[in-house]
Amino acid sequence: MSSETSLNKTFFAGIWDNNPVLRLLLGMCPTLAVTAAVKPALTMGLSVIFVLLFSNIVVSLLRHQLKPHVRILMFTLTIATAVTIADLALKAYLPEMSDKLGPYIPLIIVNCIIIGRAEACASKNGLVVSIVDAIGMGLGFTITLCVLAGIRELLATGKIFEAQVMPDAFVPWAGMGMPVGAFITLGLLLGLVNIVSRKKA
Amino acid sequence: MDTLQTLLLGFIGIVIVNNLVFTKFLGICPYLGVSGRIDMAFGMGLAVTFVVTLAGTLTWFIDHVFLMQFGLEVMRYLCFILVIAGAVQLVEMYLRKFFPALYESFGIFLPLITTNCAILGLCLFINLWGIDNLLEAVVLSFGAGIGFTIAICIMAGIRENLQLADVPECLKGAPITLITAGILTLAFMGFAGMIR
Repeated sequence: MSSETSLNKTFFAGIWDNNPVLRLLLGMCPTLAVTAAVKPALTMGLSVIFVLLFSNIVVSLLRHQLKPHVRILMFTLTIATAVTIADLALKAYLPEMSDKLGPYIPLIIVNCIIIGRAEACASKNGLVVSIVDAIGMGLGFTITLCVLAGIRELLATGKIFEAQVMPDAFVPWAGMGMPVGAFITLGLLLGLVNIVSRKKA
Repeated sequence: MDTLQTLLLGFIGIVIVNNLVFTKFLGICPYLGVSGRIDMAFGMGLAVTFVVTLAGTLTWFIDHVFLMQFGLEVMRYLCFILVIAGAVQLVEMYLRKFFPALYESFGIFLPLITTNCAILGLCLFINLWGIDNLLEAVVLSFGAGIGFTIAICIMAGIRENLQLADVPECLKGAPITLITAGILTLAFMGFAGMIR
Protein backbone atom coordinates (compact mmCIF):
# COMPACT_ATOMS: atom_id res chain seq x y z
CA MET A 1 0.00 0.00 0.00
CA SER A 2 2.63 2.49 1.04
CA SER A 3 4.72 1.73 -2.04
CA GLU A 4 1.67 2.41 -4.17
CA THR A 5 1.11 5.85 -2.65
CA SER A 6 4.76 6.72 -3.12
CA LEU A 7 4.53 5.70 -6.79
CA ASN A 8 1.48 7.91 -7.12
CA LYS A 9 3.41 10.72 -5.52
CA THR A 10 6.34 10.24 -7.93
CA PHE A 11 3.94 10.32 -10.85
CA PHE A 12 2.13 13.49 -9.87
CA ALA A 13 5.31 15.25 -8.77
CA GLY A 14 6.32 15.44 -12.43
CA ILE A 15 3.01 16.91 -13.47
CA TRP A 16 2.65 19.67 -10.88
CA ASP A 17 4.97 19.93 -7.84
CA ASN A 18 8.16 19.41 -9.82
CA ASN A 19 6.86 20.27 -13.27
CA PRO A 20 10.05 20.45 -15.33
CA VAL A 21 9.17 23.61 -17.22
CA LEU A 22 7.05 25.61 -14.79
CA ARG A 23 8.86 24.77 -11.56
CA LEU A 24 12.36 23.61 -12.35
CA LEU A 25 12.84 25.83 -15.44
CA LEU A 26 14.44 22.97 -17.36
CA GLY A 27 14.20 22.41 -21.08
CA MET A 28 13.35 25.99 -21.92
CA CYS A 29 14.72 25.97 -25.47
CA PRO A 30 12.26 23.48 -27.01
CA THR A 31 9.49 24.90 -24.85
CA LEU A 32 9.91 28.26 -26.51
CA ALA A 33 10.81 27.05 -29.97
CA VAL A 34 8.14 24.50 -30.89
CA THR A 35 5.09 26.04 -29.25
CA ALA A 36 3.87 28.17 -32.15
CA ALA A 37 1.15 25.55 -32.77
CA VAL A 38 -0.25 22.56 -30.86
CA LYS A 39 0.68 19.87 -33.37
CA PRO A 40 4.48 20.29 -33.33
CA ALA A 41 4.31 20.82 -29.57
CA LEU A 42 2.53 17.49 -29.13
CA THR A 43 5.00 15.71 -31.42
CA MET A 44 7.87 17.19 -29.43
CA GLY A 45 6.26 16.18 -26.13
CA LEU A 46 5.78 12.58 -27.27
CA SER A 47 9.37 12.37 -28.55
CA VAL A 48 10.62 13.62 -25.19
CA ILE A 49 8.49 11.03 -23.34
CA PHE A 50 10.00 8.29 -25.53
CA VAL A 51 13.59 9.46 -24.99
CA LEU A 52 13.03 9.97 -21.27
CA LEU A 53 11.56 6.49 -20.89
CA PHE A 54 14.39 4.91 -22.89
CA SER A 55 17.17 6.66 -20.97
CA ASN A 56 15.56 6.13 -17.55
CA ILE A 57 15.13 2.40 -18.21
CA VAL A 58 18.69 1.92 -19.49
CA VAL A 59 20.29 4.01 -16.75
CA SER A 60 18.22 2.32 -14.06
CA LEU A 61 19.25 -1.13 -15.27
CA LEU A 62 22.91 -0.12 -15.46
CA ARG A 63 23.00 1.80 -12.19
CA HIS A 64 25.09 -0.76 -10.28
CA GLN A 65 27.71 -0.97 -13.03
CA LEU A 66 28.18 2.80 -13.42
CA LYS A 67 31.42 4.32 -12.21
CA PRO A 68 30.93 7.86 -10.87
CA HIS A 69 33.39 9.58 -13.20
CA VAL A 70 32.07 8.14 -16.44
CA ARG A 71 28.38 8.28 -15.61
CA ILE A 72 27.65 11.61 -17.31
CA LEU A 73 29.26 10.33 -20.50
CA MET A 74 27.16 7.15 -20.28
CA PHE A 75 23.98 9.18 -19.80
CA THR A 76 24.78 11.39 -22.77
CA LEU A 77 25.53 8.48 -25.07
CA THR A 78 22.35 6.65 -24.02
CA ILE A 79 20.30 9.76 -24.66
CA ALA A 80 21.98 10.42 -28.01
CA THR A 81 21.16 6.86 -29.11
CA ALA A 82 17.50 7.24 -28.10
CA VAL A 83 17.28 10.59 -29.88
CA THR A 84 18.77 9.12 -33.05
CA ILE A 85 16.07 6.42 -32.98
CA ALA A 86 13.32 8.99 -32.42
CA ASP A 87 14.68 11.24 -35.18
CA LEU A 88 14.86 8.43 -37.74
CA ALA A 89 11.36 7.22 -36.80
CA LEU A 90 9.93 10.72 -37.24
CA LYS A 91 11.72 11.11 -40.59
CA ALA A 92 10.21 7.84 -41.78
CA TYR A 93 6.63 8.16 -40.54
CA LEU A 94 6.01 11.91 -40.14
CA PRO A 95 8.38 13.56 -42.64
CA GLU A 96 6.36 16.77 -42.62
CA MET A 97 6.60 17.16 -38.85
CA SER A 98 10.26 16.23 -38.96
CA ASP A 99 10.92 19.07 -41.42
CA LYS A 100 9.03 21.53 -39.27
CA LEU A 101 10.77 20.61 -36.03
CA GLY A 102 14.15 20.56 -37.82
CA PRO A 103 17.09 20.64 -35.42
CA TYR A 104 14.91 20.75 -32.32
CA ILE A 105 14.48 16.95 -32.29
CA PRO A 106 18.25 16.27 -32.16
CA LEU A 107 18.44 19.05 -29.60
CA ILE A 108 16.55 16.79 -27.17
CA ILE A 109 20.03 15.37 -26.49
CA VAL A 110 20.96 18.52 -24.61
CA ASN A 111 17.56 18.91 -22.96
CA CYS A 112 18.41 19.26 -19.28
CA ILE A 113 15.23 17.43 -18.19
CA ILE A 114 16.45 14.10 -19.48
CA ILE A 115 19.98 14.16 -18.10
CA GLY A 116 18.57 15.67 -14.91
CA ARG A 117 16.16 12.76 -14.39
CA ALA A 118 18.89 10.22 -15.21
CA GLU A 119 21.09 11.75 -12.53
CA ALA A 120 18.45 12.54 -9.90
CA CYS A 121 16.14 9.55 -10.24
CA ALA A 122 17.13 6.67 -12.50
CA SER A 123 20.71 6.27 -11.24
CA LYS A 124 19.42 5.85 -7.66
CA ASN A 125 16.11 4.00 -8.04
CA GLY A 126 14.78 0.70 -9.33
CA LEU A 127 13.16 0.05 -12.68
CA VAL A 128 9.50 0.62 -11.69
CA VAL A 129 10.11 3.95 -9.97
CA SER A 130 12.23 5.14 -12.90
CA ILE A 131 9.53 4.25 -15.43
CA VAL A 132 6.80 5.97 -13.39
CA ASP A 133 9.03 8.99 -12.93
CA ALA A 134 9.80 9.18 -16.67
CA ILE A 135 6.12 9.03 -17.61
CA GLY A 136 5.14 11.61 -14.99
CA MET A 137 7.88 14.05 -15.95
CA GLY A 138 7.29 13.51 -19.66
CA LEU A 139 3.55 14.10 -19.28
CA GLY A 140 4.19 17.23 -17.21
CA PHE A 141 6.43 18.52 -19.99
CA THR A 142 3.97 17.59 -22.75
CA ILE A 143 0.99 19.15 -20.99
CA THR A 144 2.87 22.38 -20.36
CA LEU A 145 3.98 22.51 -23.98
CA CYS A 146 0.43 21.95 -25.23
CA VAL A 147 -1.06 24.61 -22.92
CA LEU A 148 1.52 27.13 -24.07
CA ALA A 149 1.08 26.16 -27.71
CA GLY A 150 -2.71 26.28 -27.36
CA ILE A 151 -2.64 29.86 -26.06
CA ARG A 152 -0.21 30.96 -28.75
CA GLU A 153 -1.95 29.22 -31.65
CA LEU A 154 -5.34 30.54 -30.56
CA LEU A 155 -4.16 34.13 -30.37
CA ALA A 156 -1.86 34.03 -33.40
CA THR A 157 -4.24 32.37 -35.87
CA GLY A 158 -7.61 31.97 -34.13
CA LYS A 159 -7.32 28.20 -34.50
CA ILE A 160 -6.60 25.29 -32.20
CA PHE A 161 -5.21 22.10 -33.68
CA GLU A 162 -5.75 23.74 -37.09
CA ALA A 163 -9.52 24.02 -36.51
CA GLN A 164 -11.10 27.48 -36.48
CA VAL A 165 -12.48 28.37 -33.05
CA MET A 166 -12.46 32.16 -32.91
CA PRO A 167 -15.26 34.16 -34.59
CA ASP A 168 -14.45 35.80 -37.94
CA ALA A 169 -14.27 39.23 -36.35
CA PHE A 170 -11.19 38.16 -34.37
CA VAL A 171 -8.04 39.89 -35.52
CA PRO A 172 -5.04 37.51 -35.20
CA TRP A 173 -2.16 38.72 -33.05
CA ALA A 174 0.73 38.09 -35.40
CA GLY A 175 3.26 38.68 -32.61
CA MET A 176 2.11 35.60 -30.72
CA GLY A 177 3.42 33.32 -33.47
CA MET A 178 6.83 34.97 -33.31
CA PRO A 179 9.61 34.61 -30.70
CA VAL A 180 8.23 37.62 -28.81
CA GLY A 181 4.97 35.80 -28.09
CA ALA A 182 6.82 32.73 -26.84
CA PHE A 183 8.87 34.61 -24.26
CA ILE A 184 6.04 36.79 -22.98
CA THR A 185 3.41 34.02 -22.81
CA LEU A 186 5.78 31.75 -20.88
CA GLY A 187 6.68 34.62 -18.54
CA LEU A 188 3.03 35.34 -17.77
CA LEU A 189 2.27 31.62 -17.40
CA LEU A 190 5.06 31.31 -14.82
CA GLY A 191 3.62 34.30 -12.97
CA LEU A 192 0.19 32.65 -12.96
CA VAL A 193 1.64 29.40 -11.59
CA ASN A 194 3.34 31.40 -8.84
CA ILE A 195 0.01 32.95 -7.82
CA VAL A 196 -1.82 29.61 -7.82
CA SER A 197 0.85 27.77 -5.84
CA ARG A 198 1.00 30.56 -3.26
CA LYS A 199 -2.76 30.37 -2.69
CA LYS A 200 -2.51 26.59 -2.23
CA ALA A 201 0.24 26.85 0.38
CA MET B 1 35.97 39.40 -53.27
CA ASP B 2 32.89 37.29 -53.60
CA THR B 3 33.89 34.93 -50.80
CA LEU B 4 34.76 37.86 -48.57
CA GLN B 5 31.31 39.30 -49.11
CA THR B 6 29.63 35.95 -48.33
CA LEU B 7 31.67 35.57 -45.18
CA LEU B 8 30.96 39.10 -43.99
CA LEU B 9 27.24 38.80 -44.69
CA GLY B 10 27.15 35.43 -42.96
CA PHE B 11 28.92 36.84 -39.92
CA ILE B 12 26.69 39.89 -39.53
CA GLY B 13 23.68 37.72 -40.26
CA ILE B 14 24.33 35.28 -37.47
CA VAL B 15 25.39 37.95 -34.96
CA ILE B 16 22.41 40.26 -35.43
CA VAL B 17 19.70 39.09 -37.80
CA ASN B 18 19.62 35.34 -37.05
CA ASN B 19 20.91 35.69 -33.49
CA LEU B 20 20.69 32.21 -31.98
CA VAL B 21 19.22 33.41 -28.69
CA PHE B 22 16.60 35.75 -30.09
CA THR B 23 15.37 33.96 -33.18
CA LYS B 24 16.23 30.27 -32.63
CA PHE B 25 15.74 30.07 -28.83
CA LEU B 26 19.09 28.37 -28.39
CA GLY B 27 21.10 28.76 -25.19
CA ILE B 28 18.17 29.96 -23.14
CA CYS B 29 19.24 28.15 -19.93
CA PRO B 30 22.52 30.04 -19.38
CA TYR B 31 20.87 33.14 -20.87
CA LEU B 32 18.41 33.12 -17.97
CA GLY B 33 20.74 31.55 -15.41
CA VAL B 34 24.02 33.47 -15.64
CA SER B 35 22.75 36.88 -16.71
CA GLY B 36 22.66 38.29 -13.14
CA ARG B 37 25.92 40.23 -13.34
CA ILE B 38 27.63 41.77 -16.36
CA ASP B 39 31.16 40.49 -15.61
CA MET B 40 29.96 36.91 -15.22
CA ALA B 41 27.79 37.17 -18.29
CA PHE B 42 30.77 38.39 -20.28
CA GLY B 43 32.96 35.56 -18.99
CA MET B 44 30.28 33.04 -19.87
CA GLY B 45 29.93 34.61 -23.32
CA LEU B 46 33.67 34.29 -23.94
CA ALA B 47 33.73 30.67 -22.78
CA VAL B 48 30.80 29.84 -25.05
CA THR B 49 32.39 31.69 -27.99
CA PHE B 50 35.57 29.68 -27.60
CA VAL B 51 33.81 26.33 -27.26
CA VAL B 52 31.37 27.01 -30.10
CA THR B 53 34.14 28.03 -32.51
CA LEU B 54 36.11 24.92 -31.66
CA ALA B 55 33.08 22.63 -31.76
CA GLY B 56 31.63 24.12 -34.95
CA THR B 57 34.92 23.71 -36.80
CA LEU B 58 35.64 20.22 -35.51
CA THR B 59 32.15 18.87 -36.14
CA TRP B 60 32.10 20.29 -39.67
CA PHE B 61 35.42 18.60 -40.28
CA ILE B 62 34.36 15.26 -38.82
CA ASP B 63 31.02 15.37 -40.59
CA HIS B 64 32.53 16.02 -44.01
CA VAL B 65 35.78 14.08 -43.80
CA PHE B 66 34.61 10.96 -41.96
CA LEU B 67 30.86 10.57 -41.62
CA MET B 68 29.78 11.58 -45.12
CA GLN B 69 32.71 9.75 -46.69
CA PHE B 70 31.71 6.45 -45.12
CA GLY B 71 27.93 6.91 -45.07
CA LEU B 72 27.80 7.01 -41.30
CA GLU B 73 25.36 9.92 -40.94
CA VAL B 74 23.44 7.91 -38.32
CA MET B 75 26.36 8.43 -35.94
CA ARG B 76 26.22 12.20 -36.38
CA TYR B 77 24.54 13.15 -33.09
CA LEU B 78 26.73 10.80 -31.07
CA CYS B 79 29.91 12.24 -32.59
CA PHE B 80 28.78 15.85 -32.22
CA ILE B 81 27.97 15.49 -28.54
CA LEU B 82 31.30 13.76 -27.84
CA VAL B 83 33.27 16.52 -29.59
CA ILE B 84 31.43 19.18 -27.61
CA ALA B 85 31.95 17.39 -24.30
CA GLY B 86 35.66 17.11 -25.09
CA ALA B 87 35.97 20.80 -25.97
CA VAL B 88 34.23 21.83 -22.76
CA GLN B 89 36.55 19.63 -20.71
CA LEU B 90 39.50 21.38 -22.36
CA VAL B 91 38.20 24.86 -21.52
CA GLU B 92 37.46 23.77 -17.96
CA MET B 93 40.99 22.50 -17.41
CA TYR B 94 42.50 25.66 -18.91
CA LEU B 95 40.38 27.99 -16.77
CA ARG B 96 41.04 26.04 -13.57
CA LYS B 97 44.78 26.32 -14.15
CA PHE B 98 45.08 29.90 -15.32
CA PHE B 99 41.99 31.80 -14.09
CA PRO B 100 40.94 30.08 -10.82
CA ALA B 101 38.80 33.05 -9.70
CA LEU B 102 36.75 33.01 -12.89
CA TYR B 103 36.54 29.22 -12.63
CA GLU B 104 35.12 29.46 -9.10
CA SER B 105 32.51 32.02 -10.08
CA PHE B 106 31.23 29.88 -12.98
CA GLY B 107 30.52 26.98 -10.66
CA ILE B 108 28.09 24.53 -12.17
CA PHE B 109 27.54 26.55 -15.34
CA LEU B 110 30.85 25.63 -16.93
CA PRO B 111 30.19 21.88 -17.28
CA LEU B 112 26.68 22.86 -18.27
CA ILE B 113 28.06 24.43 -21.47
CA THR B 114 28.10 20.83 -22.68
CA THR B 115 24.32 20.82 -22.55
CA ASN B 116 24.07 24.37 -23.90
CA CYS B 117 21.75 24.03 -26.86
CA ALA B 118 23.43 26.95 -28.64
CA ILE B 119 26.49 24.83 -29.33
CA LEU B 120 24.91 21.60 -30.52
CA GLY B 121 22.24 23.72 -32.24
CA LEU B 122 24.82 25.63 -34.23
CA CYS B 123 26.61 22.43 -35.28
CA LEU B 124 23.26 21.09 -36.50
CA PHE B 125 22.35 24.32 -38.28
CA ILE B 126 25.70 24.37 -40.10
CA ASN B 127 24.84 20.89 -41.29
CA LEU B 128 21.26 21.88 -42.14
CA TRP B 129 22.21 24.99 -44.11
CA GLY B 130 24.58 22.82 -46.17
CA ILE B 131 27.68 24.90 -45.49
CA ASP B 132 30.30 23.21 -47.63
CA ASN B 133 33.49 25.09 -46.96
CA LEU B 134 35.55 25.07 -43.82
CA LEU B 135 36.20 28.82 -43.68
CA GLU B 136 32.51 29.65 -43.75
CA ALA B 137 31.84 27.13 -40.99
CA VAL B 138 34.53 28.72 -38.81
CA VAL B 139 33.22 32.25 -39.39
CA LEU B 140 29.63 31.22 -38.68
CA SER B 141 30.59 29.42 -35.46
CA PHE B 142 32.59 32.39 -34.25
CA GLY B 143 29.73 34.75 -35.15
CA ALA B 144 27.27 32.60 -33.24
CA GLY B 145 29.47 32.89 -30.14
CA ILE B 146 29.72 36.67 -30.50
CA GLY B 147 25.96 36.89 -30.97
CA PHE B 148 25.43 34.88 -27.78
CA THR B 149 27.85 37.13 -25.88
CA ILE B 150 26.05 40.27 -27.05
CA ALA B 151 22.66 38.87 -26.09
CA ILE B 152 23.70 37.71 -22.63
CA CYS B 153 25.56 40.98 -21.88
CA ILE B 154 22.58 43.14 -22.87
CA MET B 155 20.36 40.96 -20.69
CA ALA B 156 22.74 41.20 -17.73
CA GLY B 157 22.83 44.99 -18.06
CA ILE B 158 19.05 45.17 -18.00
CA ARG B 159 18.77 42.78 -15.07
CA GLU B 160 21.24 44.80 -12.99
CA ASN B 161 18.87 47.75 -13.30
CA LEU B 162 15.80 45.55 -12.85
CA GLN B 163 16.81 44.92 -9.25
CA LEU B 164 15.87 48.52 -8.46
CA ALA B 165 12.51 48.25 -10.20
CA ASP B 166 9.24 47.54 -8.42
CA VAL B 167 8.15 44.22 -9.94
CA PRO B 168 4.81 42.60 -8.93
CA GLU B 169 5.40 39.86 -6.35
CA CYS B 170 4.27 36.96 -8.53
CA LEU B 171 6.47 37.98 -11.48
CA LYS B 172 9.74 38.24 -9.52
CA GLY B 173 12.65 36.15 -10.76
CA ALA B 174 12.26 34.05 -13.87
CA PRO B 175 8.90 35.41 -15.16
CA ILE B 176 10.04 39.02 -15.42
CA THR B 177 13.31 37.88 -17.00
CA LEU B 178 11.37 36.03 -19.70
CA ILE B 179 9.14 39.03 -20.35
CA THR B 180 12.21 41.27 -20.60
CA ALA B 181 13.72 38.79 -23.04
CA GLY B 182 10.52 38.97 -25.08
CA ILE B 183 10.68 42.74 -25.37
CA LEU B 184 14.38 42.51 -26.24
CA THR B 185 13.50 40.03 -29.00
CA LEU B 186 10.99 42.53 -30.33
CA ALA B 187 13.77 45.11 -30.55
CA PHE B 188 16.05 42.69 -32.41
CA MET B 189 13.23 41.91 -34.84
CA GLY B 190 13.89 45.37 -36.25
CA PHE B 191 16.98 43.88 -37.92
CA ALA B 192 15.00 41.14 -39.64
CA GLY B 193 15.02 41.43 -43.39
CA MET B 194 18.27 43.39 -43.41
CA ILE B 195 19.99 40.24 -44.64
CA ARG B 196 17.96 37.28 -45.68
